[in-house]
Amino acid sequence: MLFGKKFRTQLPQAVGAAYSLKIDGKSACAVTYCGDGGTSEGDFHAGLNFAAVMDAPVIFICRNNGWAISTPVEEQFRSDGVVVKGQAYGIWSIRVDGNDALAVYSAVHTAREIAIKEKRPVLIEALTYRVGHHSTSDDSTKYRPIDEIEYWKMERNPVNRFKRWVERNGWWSDHNESELRSSVRKQLMQAIQVAEKAQKPPLSDLFNDVYDRLPSNLEEQERILREIVKKHPEDYPSDVPL
Amino acid sequence: MATLFQGVGAVTPFSASSSLDSNKLLLPSRKSLSISDSRGSIFVYRSDALNLKAATRKQDLLIPNAVATKGETSTSAKSGHELLLFEALREGLEEEMERDPRVCVMGEDVGHYGGSYKVTKGLAEKYGDLRVLDTPIAENSFTGMGIGAAMTGLRPIVEGMNMGFLLLAFNQISNNCGMLHYTSGGQFTIPIVIRGPGGVGRQLGAEHSQRLESYFQSIPGIQMVACSTPYNAKGLMKAAIRSENPVILFEHVLLYNLKERIPDEEYVLSLEEAEMVRPGEHVTILTYSRMRYHVMQAAKTLVNKGYDPEVIDIRSLKPFDLYTIGCSVKKTHRVLIVEECMRTGGIGASLTAAITENFHDYLDAPIVCLSSQDVPTPYAGTLEEWTVVQPAQIVSAVEQLCQ
Repeated sequence: MLFGKKFRTQLPQAVGAAYSLKIDGKSACAVTYCGDGGTSEGDFHAGLNFAAVMDAPVIFICRNNGWAISTPVEEQFRSDGVVVKGQAYGIWSIRVDGNDALAVYSAVHTAREIAIKEKRPVLIEALTYRVGHHSTSDDSTKYRPIDEIEYWKMERNPVNRFKRWVERNGWWSDHNESELRSSVRKQLMQAIQVAEKAQKPPLSDLFNDVYDRLPSNLEEQERILREIVKKHPEDYPSDVPL
Repeated sequence: MATLFQGVGAVTPFSASSSLDSNKLLLPSRKSLSISDSRGSIFVYRSDALNLKAATRKQDLLIPNAVATKGETSTSAKSGHELLLFEALREGLEEEMERDPRVCVMGEDVGHYGGSYKVTKGLAEKYGDLRVLDTPIAENSFTGMGIGAAMTGLRPIVEGMNMGFLLLAFNQISNNCGMLHYTSGGQFTIPIVIRGPGGVGRQLGAEHSQRLESYFQSIPGIQMVACSTPYNAKGLMKAAIRSENPVILFEHVLLYNLKERIPDEEYVLSLEEAEMVRPGEHVTILTYSRMRYHVMQAAKTLVNKGYDPEVIDIRSLKPFDLYTIGCSVKKTHRVLIVEECMRTGGIGASLTAAITENFHDYLDAPIVCLSSQDVPTPYAGTLEEWTVVQPAQIVSAVEQLCQ
């Protein structure tokens, strides 16, 4: 699985991963994610086209949550959502209610089977709504009505929906819920405490993994940095191991 | 993109230093002046007669604001108005949009959202959705669109939400922006401004902490400038918009909240000039953008230790203002370059070569260049701090250089 990045560079990369799985004859597929905004990037189109032409076993999951920061989908594209884009490239595509956990599970499960057995890409457009702000620096109430956000947060909440289904089947109760919440909270607090005590990454981490082996110019730069930190310890954080 | 906007709203450590000295001496550039009043009170720039192409352009007479030299008492010491750097950019942008209906803005979230760093706030309400255009997320496309619009008479300003994103538009910037004027035999001009924040912020991650001036500096046909104060941000923005050439204006993620008092009168700065921040005798320190502030911080320490550094904010990254730099080198004979670029292939590397070639005889010591290491910017805050040149390093370097 490849993680999302701003430029959707992961889309062609997923095709590459799928291609390598195919060459290795593995019974597996690659899966990659992007948002509605991401479908405007060039790499989305390149990736889909390549996946189709190469018969790459890859699943493209597009979370269409209606917003790219402040840009609503009407200003992102004029097509009928993302599903038609997959079709345009000759990829089997399906649109799913992204807030329906069972529907999403079912779609992805089937997509995986198709991708692996038939060695072809599949696109899943999961429709949903971005309830939160884009990031910690965003205040989305500036560009959309609060009651709209509240509606999707409360009445159309996918987690609550799934929870009600699980409860109706007798597999979960309020008691289980409160127990789990308090135990998870304890675990989290503990994990935070452990993490806070953990050592900060050492100076050598700054230079490791740029290449497979440290080249001479980086060795020199590391040496210079060490000298500087040694000379001016008061100007550099003291809790970082050298 | 979750960590992209940590610069917004954050009070940078530098906003407290409104001890930014507005009384800077602007050295006249030999390239753009035909008449100069060297008493230093008013600079009048006239364009060369050769540039009088379009009859519609009436603004050949630019009068940058009077800048008081040190010791000169100004009759209106409290004149001007205070604002933050992003507001200065917006003011410059708005003034140009008011002046010329062909000026337009395009980019992601620049319209009703006002831009990720609020540089275009309020402009869409005033000038409409078409002149302040929200585009889909495709940098190569909207940069290309800007170039096409520029070729057919508009004067677009393309905003990259982060300079790093403009890597997707590199093809457009290099092959089209930079080259079309040449490859069309002068038939097409591309008066486009490409701007956005770059540089190392606070834990924005490797991909969002890039110094694109390194990568773009080789592209023929473009100009590059870097702003560092509200005063020069506004002046450079206006100059970039009025230029007939494509200009890339580099802003810095951490400098948007700098506060300064700028003149009420209209002023435009030169795109090819460096800025004398602090005259001195012992050593020439060349820097730009955020590093200017690290240098000035180091300068305080250096002055206390008895040194007299001359600090120049080069501002013009392509071309270099070798006149101002040369005058300084001839005076001090020692050069220290402080940059945020990486050691390999950065602005500092090019500047070192240029100075060595032109002023070798005037140097008493090899040029020292302090840069970031050749590593992707780490996410870990402590490591990230170590990739950026700190004032203590600058002090050490000057001490060593002046031995």
